[in-house]
Amino acid sequence: MSEIREIKLPSRIESVDQAAIEADEFAKSRGFGDDFVSAIDLAIRESVANAVKHGNKFDESKYVEVTFADSSDGFEVMVRDHGSGFAVDDIPDPTNPENLLKASGRGILFMNSFMDEVSWSNHDDGGMVVKMVKRR
Amino acid sequence: MADITISERQAGDVTILDLSGKVTIGEGSVALRTTIRRLLGEGKNKILLNLAGVGYIDSSGIGELVSSFTAVKKEGGTLKLLKLTQKIQDLLAITKLLTVFDVYDDEGEALASYN
Repeated sequence: MSEIREIKLPSRIESVDQAAIEADEFAKSRGFGDDFVSAIDLAIRESVANAVKHGNKFDESKYVEVTFADSSDGFEVMVRDHGSGFAVDDIPDPTNPENLLKASGRGILFMNSFMDEVSWSNHDDGGMVVKMVKRR
Repeated sequence: MADITISERQAGDVTILDLSGKVTIGEGSVALRTTIRRLLGEGKNKILLNLAGVGYIDSSGIGELVSSFTAVKKEGGTLKLLKLTQKIQDLLAITKLLTVFDVYDDEGEALASYN
């Protein structure tokens, strides 16, 4: 039977750890293995960090909403911020030689590398939602 | 508890930083940046980062490794990496940064490479 957990986090760096801890606990309680949990952990950290930094821009009056769902397909995560959004295609490829020595810009690459599906959409009530799926 | 512990050793003119814990967004990344800046301020620009004790790193931590590398290079020095965990090696492969960093498994070999 599937299960859903929703958490609402303030826009600060500590929320990254908190989201990852909750996700680890949820995934382990649902019987997912260590490698699986480790991949989810990294993807959630990167997505929540993006939501806090780039989405909500550390504005503590805005929250990051995270939803975990376990289904027969696998593990699904949704992270919503309340920012003005961005175009994923505008994010430079950090593996291009001209970007290799940049200090940032690798979070989305990690999310894409460790999850099976990653997609972004605009929420009807504002903000961006990233949905990620890791299949069993 | 601190996310990261950085211990410093000197081997000739090479400074070895033994890192343990997490190099992640926030405290872990800042601690590494502060230490590298201090070493460069002291004129120590041959730096070997021992990552054997780093259990976790995220994209901010990887970014901090890159920033450290470029900061040291700018001062005419060299920053190399020692004892990558499998996880860090995987992340450096994904980001194609294995082509940027000099990476060693053996400390003696790493130290000899500075000469």
